[in-house]
Amino acid sequence: MLRLIVRRLLQLIPTLVGLSVLLFIWLHRLPGGPTAALLGERATEADRRQAEALLGLDQPLWVQYGRFLRRLVELDLGTSIRTGRPVWEEFTMRFPATVELALAAMFLAILIGVPLGYFAARRRGGWLDIGAVTGSLIGICIPVFFLAFLLKEVFAVVLGWFPSVGRQSTGINATDVTGFHVLDGILTGEWDASADALWHLVLPAVALASIPLAIITRMTRASVLEVLQEDYVRTAESKGLRRRVVRLRHVMRNALLPVVTAIGLLTGGLLSGAVLTETVFSWGGIGSFIRDAIDGRDYPVLMGFILFIALIYVLINLLVDLAYSVIDPRVRVH
Amino acid sequence: MALLTVDELSVTFTARGRRDVTAVSGVSFDVPQGEVVGLVGESGCGKSVTSLALMGLLPRRGVRLGGRADFDGTDLLTLSPSRMRDLRGRQLAMIFQDPLSSLNPVVPIGVQVTEILARHRGMKGERARKEAASLLDRVGIPDPDRRLKEYPHQLSGGMRQRALIAMAVACAPRLLIADEPTTALDVTIQAQILELLRELVDQEGTALLMITHDLGVVAGLCDRVNVLYAGKVVEAAERRPLFSDPAHPYAHGLLGSIPRLDAPRGLPLHPIRGSINDTIAWADGCAFAPRCDHYTLECLEGTPALAEPAGLGQPGHLVRCVNPVLDSSDLHTPLLEAPVPVASAEGDTAAPSSGAPAGTPSDTTPDTGTTPATATDGEPGDAPGKDTPA
Repeated sequence: MLRLIVRRLLQLIPTLVGLSVLLFIWLHRLPGGPTAALLGERATEADRRQAEALLGLDQPLWVQYGRFLRRLVELDLGTSIRTGRPVWEEFTMRFPATVELALAAMFLAILIGVPLGYFAARRRGGWLDIGAVTGSLIGICIPVFFLAFLLKEVFAVVLGWFPSVGRQSTGINATDVTGFHVLDGILTGEWDASADALWHLVLPAVALASIPLAIITRMTRASVLEVLQEDYVRTAESKGLRRRVVRLRHVMRNALLPVVTAIGLLTGGLLSGAVLTETVFSWGGIGSFIRDAIDGRDYPVLMGFILFIALIYVLINLLVDLAYSVIDPRVRVH
Repeated sequence: MALLTVDELSVTFTARGRRDVTAVSGVSFDVPQGEVVGLVGESGCGKSVTSLALMGLLPRRGVRLGGRADFDGTDLLTLSPSRMRDLRGRQLAMIFQDPLSSLNPVVPIGVQVTEILARHRGMKGERARKEAASLLDRVGIPDPDRRLKEYPHQLSGGMRQRALIAMAVACAPRLLIADEPTTALDVTIQAQILELLRELVDQEGTALLMITHDLGVVAGLCDRVNVLYAGKVVEAAERRPLFSDPAHPYAHGLLGSIPRLDAPRGLPLHPIRGSINDTIAWADGCAFAPRCDHYTLECLEGTPALAEPAGLGQPGHLVRCVNPVLDSSDLHTPLLEAPVPVASAEGDTAAPSSGAPAGTPSDTTPDTGTTPATATDGEPGDAPGKDTPA
């Protein structure tokens, strides 16, 4: 087990280096450059050259890449061209918000999707099944930003049950520990702050959860339907075991295998793809910052972000593999 | 009074928008305490459905049950699901055909054995583990403590089937139903498993309902045999009379189709004509009539009754036929000639060359149009040893 982890982490290094080379070339090849956005339309050619020289963009690409790599070894992602602040600082300021939202959405999707998928399969063709299948189809089809707007309009603006924007009410004076507001409140014992943060989380999390929820429900349903046909479920029944035991130990444990893989990949997707939801609810996560970075060709920020996301994907995959080896003895690693 | 009395059991599958399919129509047989009763027939004749119906393992939706199945005074067919759940595993237990797919791949063998002990015998922790180990030991699994921690894929085929048997006998059930327990195993292991089953029956007084298509298994293990065709019992007899004087043309044909190893080369086999698909509804006459060599117009006058034919002279030998075969001298019945099968006191392995081949009616492709019996399919009956006649 430990050897697997070490091996996979070592494999990570060439993967990330290769990825960074490709990205570096590709990003710098994009039409336009950071200086155009930075200096505005009235800048002269001389101004542009001066700015490029200042940023080191006049150097050959491989020299620039060498600099990037040297800094990366010291875990320095460089400085944002647009804001002039260290990329790392910009990230730590915004990432917790995104991660909090993504995890909340995923939690919701699993909490609802897995049981829903199970019961839909169990009563195949029943009203719950038809509802779950139709609902998940809608969940996949409906654009996330539209759902976000709809939720905000109905539950925040018209009904006023939830706040419409932000992560925290203005009056709240919460201590910042990890940047995860809900967690911070629990850690410091500021329950009000925690509850307030949770209250702000509801609508964006529901909006963001729609697609993973739909996928998890469908996958669980299909997987359970398959497992219910298996001989070992019949064996379990023939032993007269209690329904709960048959359900959890014999059906769910097998049915969840493919779902675990999907959950891993979906979580990665949520972290990088929450832009629209974050925009609608003015969430202050990484999403809109990255969008601006793309517009402004903010190379250091984009490099840092993409490498970071790649790292997360690889780590999640490793986690999924480890989870697999725990649930399924047949793939156990030696 | 037998432990299990199945009376006119019928199972009909009803699916919306489709024609009802009757898999079992009016099957009756008894399983007395301490005896092995065989249910024999080719694929699709309703053997497995019968066993699942008795165990209450058929889906509740889309299935219509008829008749009675009296188990020690209670009708299994009308029992509530929760009462049935209490009975299953404790009073009735089942051994399935494919030991690999019948075991949960992601749960250790130990848990799969102890869970039934916890459910019916209230055993927990170390006590349950010890009992599980002794169960594995009893069914002949070496090093049980290690095996308990292992997963099904780490066990050999024979060991998996032994593990399944250990689970089935964990609560000393009064009735054991074995549905083709040796089909997925190779010949040597088959003989060992059959021997183990015989031992359990002899030692515990368990009643065993043996469901099989393998006449070798029947000859070796069963005290009484019921031959099923198209969802009905067509012949029921003690083992010996069935093999020496099969009176129903179907049973006669099955035994006649067993290839002889001592036959001259080039001698054709004697399959039964047609396939299980060439059948008529029982209500219109004998379902076997289209394939029968003894067929007369009388065969089409309603369902023949299951009765003792005159001229056979064996009480309890029941045949559902208007033109029974009364003279079976043309049959060479190797299964009985060799000092028949099973339970050997010392020999653990079968010697495939030592005796007669066992025949298997069925489980061959129905579209070939014949029901040949193949000699390759298992010679468990070859295991030398003591015979335990009824």
